[in-house]
Amino acid sequence: MDLNSYLIISAILFSLGLFGVITRRNGVAVLMSIELILNAANINFIAFSRYSGMDFSGHIFSLFVIILAAAEAAVALAIILNIFNNFGSINIDDANKMSQ
Amino acid sequence: MINYGIAILLLPLLSFIIMIFVGKKLPNRGDWLSIGSVAITFCLSLSLFIMMLFKYDPYFKVEKIFTWFNLGTLDLKIGILIDNITIIMLLVVSLVSTLVHIYSTSYMKEDSRYSRYFAFLSLFTFSMNGIILSNNLLGIYIFWELVGLSSYLLIGFWFEKESAANASKKAFLVNRVGDIGMFIGIMLFFSSIGSFLFKDLYLGVSQGMFSVDTLTIAGLCLFAGAVGKSAQFPLHIWLPDAMEGPTPVSALIHAATMVAAGVYLAFRLFPIFTPQALTIIAYVGAITAVFAAIIAITQNDIKKVLAYSTVSQLGYMILAVGVGAYTYGFFHLVTHAAFKAGLFLCSGSVIHAMHHAYHKLDDHKSDAQDMRNMGGLKDKMPVTFYSMLFCTIALSGIPFTSGFLSKDAVLAGTLAFSSQYPNHFLLSLFGFSAALFTAFYMFRLIFLTFYGKPNSKKVFDNIHESPIQMTTPLIILSSLSFFLFFTFPNFNPLSYDGWFMTLVKSKDSLVPGYLNPTAYQIKEEIGQAHNLALFLSLSVAALGIGFAFLIYYSKLISPDSIYRRLKVLHNLSFNKFFIDEILKKYLIDPFLKISKYIAIFDWDVYDKYFINGFGRITENFSKTVGNLWDYKFLDQKIIDGFGRITKFSGSKLRLIQSGKIQNYLILVLVGIIILYVFQAI
Repeated sequence: MDLNSYLIISAILFSLGLFGVITRRNGVAVLMSIELILNAANINFIAFSRYSGMDFSGHIFSLFVIILAAAEAAVALAIILNIFNNFGSINIDDANKMSQ
Repeated sequence: MINYGIAILLLPLLSFIIMIFVGKKLPNRGDWLSIGSVAITFCLSLSLFIMMLFKYDPYFKVEKIFTWFNLGTLDLKIGILIDNITIIMLLVVSLVSTLVHIYSTSYMKEDSRYSRYFAFLSLFTFSMNGIILSNNLLGIYIFWELVGLSSYLLIGFWFEKESAANASKKAFLVNRVGDIGMFIGIMLFFSSIGSFLFKDLYLGVSQGMFSVDTLTIAGLCLFAGAVGKSAQFPLHIWLPDAMEGPTPVSALIHAATMVAAGVYLAFRLFPIFTPQALTIIAYVGAITAVFAAIIAITQNDIKKVLAYSTVSQLGYMILAVGVGAYTYGFFHLVTHAAFKAGLFLCSGSVIHAMHHAYHKLDDHKSDAQDMRNMGGLKDKMPVTFYSMLFCTIALSGIPFTSGFLSKDAVLAGTLAFSSQYPNHFLLSLFGFSAALFTAFYMFRLIFLTFYGKPNSKKVFDNIHESPIQMTTPLIILSSLSFFLFFTFPNFNPLSYDGWFMTLVKSKDSLVPGYLNPTAYQIKEEIGQAHNLALFLSLSVAALGIGFAFLIYYSKLISPDSIYRRLKVLHNLSFNKFFIDEILKKYLIDPFLKISKYIAIFDWDVYDKYFINGFGRITENFSKTVGNLWDYKFLDQKIIDGFGRITKFSGSKLRLIQSGKIQNYLILVLVGIIILYVFQAI
C-alpha cells in the first residue's frame, strides 16, 4: 500500500461527506456527512504521518479531531433539537426565517 | 581672572532676569537686587584694578577663547579678553553704574515702573560689560545691539510722553544706520580671515591679507558703527533727543559709557586703520567737536547743553584716534566719564528740585529743565552747586583737574599732527576753538543756573537740596575729577604722566608697508607739542570763561546786543544748524514721497489689477468648474452613478441570498474550485 491509495480513499470519503452536506435536507444526516469529512481529514493526517515523518504528530492530531468532532456533535445535536422544538421538523430548509 | 570677567558679565544679567519677571513682588520693589549685583560687579572690577596696579605691567593680557559652534569647516570662536584697557573700562562702567543705581533710588522713587527701570539698568550694565570683555568683533556686535536696545528702552522709559517715544525710536533708527556699516565692515574682515577674533584680525592685517583700499573701506565701515553709537556728525542727531529719558540714564548711558563704546571700538581697532581712514576719522571727530560746541552755546535746556557738550567731547576722543594719539583719547574717555556723569547727575538734582518746586506750586506748564527759569540756586543747593562747579572746571580744562590733563593731551596730539602735516591745520583750529566754546557754554550754564537773580521768587523758595542718595554720587564723581587720581604717583598737576599713561600703551599700526608713524614717534611729537598746547588750551579756556563771566555774571556785555549783531550765527546755532530739518527735507521727506508713490503703485496697480485680478479669475474659474465639472459631472454622473450602480447590483445580488444554508455551501464550493483552477493556471 502506498500513500496514494490512502489519499484516494480519503478523497472519496471527503467527496461523499461534501455531497451529503449539500444535498441532504435532514439535519442529522448533514451532521453525519460532516463526520465523514472530518474522518477523511483524519485518514489524511495519519497517512501523511506514516509516510513522511516517523513521529506520531498525525495520530495526536487525529485524536484531537475525534474529540472535537464529539464536542461538535453534542453542540450540533442540541441545535437540531432546538430547531425541532421551534419548527416541528428537522428539515433545515424550514429554518429560513431570517431570509424572509 | 577669567572667572572674574565671567562673573562681572553675568551678575547684571541675572539681576535683569529676576527683576524683569518678579521685580515688582520683591521687597522694596527689588532695587537692592540691582544695586547689589552692580555693587558686586564694582567690587570685582576694583579688585581686578588693584591687581593691575600691583602687577604694573603695560603688556598684561589674559585671553580665554571658547568655541561657540562648528559648522562644517567654520569653527566659530568667541571669548573673553582682559587687559589693562578692559580693566579700566570695567571700573569706569561699574563705578558710574553703581552710583547711578544709588542715585536713581531717590530720583525715580515716585515712578510706577520703578522695578522695570532697575531691570533695564541691569540689562544695560550687562551689555556694556559684554562689549568691554569681548575679544572678537561678533561678540562686540551682539552686545553693541544690546546696549542699543537698552538705550532704546530707557530713552523711551516714559513712553506716555510722545516726545520720549519718538526720541527712543529716533535713537534706535539712527544707530541702525551706523550699525549696518559696522556689520558690513565685520563681514568684510570675516570673509577674508574666517575669524572674528581681534588676534586673528591683527595677524591677518599684518600679514597683508588686505589691500590698502579694502582695509580703508572696511575700517571706515567699522568706524560707521562708532559714528552711530558715539553720536558723531552726521549721526549725532539722536543723542540730544535721547535726553528725554530719565536723567540718571542720561548720565550713565548717554554721557559716560554707551556713547564711549564707539570710541572704545576705535581704540581696539586703531592698529588696523589705514592713514586714509584715520584722516577721515580725525576730520569727523574735529568737525563734531567744534560743531556740537557751537550748538551748545545757545541752548536753554540744561540737559541739551550737556548733551551737545557730550557730543563735542566724544568728537575730541575720535579726533585723538584720528591723529594717532589714541591712548590720550582713551584717557579723555575715562576722565570725561567721571565728570560728565557728575554733571548730568548734578543737572538731574537741579531738575529734580525744580520739578518738586513746580509740583508744589501746582504748576505743570513751566519747563523744569529750562535754565532761564532757574538762577541763584547756589545757596539753596550748595552740594549740587560745588559738585557741578568742580566738574565744569574739569570739563573746561583748568589745571588741577583730570579734564585739563586729558584735554590738553588730546590737543597736544592734534597740534603735533598738524605741525607734521601743515595742510591739516584745520584739525588743530577746530580742536582749540571747541575748547574755547566748551569753557564758554559750561560757565554760561553755571552762571545761568546758580548765579544771578531767581526767575520766580515763589519757585525759588520751594527749592531744596536733594536727598543724600543723590548728593553722595555727586560728591564722589566730582572728586574723581581731581588730577591725582589719574596721575598717581606723579604730583605735578601739569603733566599727565602717571599710572594711566604707563599702563595704557599705544600700539603700532599693523597696516603693512605703510607710513603710519610708530607709537614711539607719536609720543615724542606729542611731548614736543605739549608746552605749546598747554599754553594755548589754557588761554582759550580762560578766554571762554572770561566771556561767559562778562556776559552772564557781571552783565557788562548784554547777550541781546551780541545776538543782534550775530543774528545769523545765533539762529544757526540755536536751531542746531538745521541738521534735523535738512535730513528731514532731503532724506526723510523724499523717502516718504517715494514710499507714497510706491504705495500708490502697490495699491492702485498691483493690488487692484494683479491681486484682485487673481481673485476674480479664481472666482470665475471656480464658478465654471463648480457648475460644469463638479455639479454636472462629478455629482450627477460619478457620485450618483455609484449610487445607481450599488442600487442595481444590490437588487440583483439579493437573489443569491436564499436563506438556505446548502445554497451557500455550494457557492463556497464553487468559489474554492474556481480558486483551485486559477491557482493551477
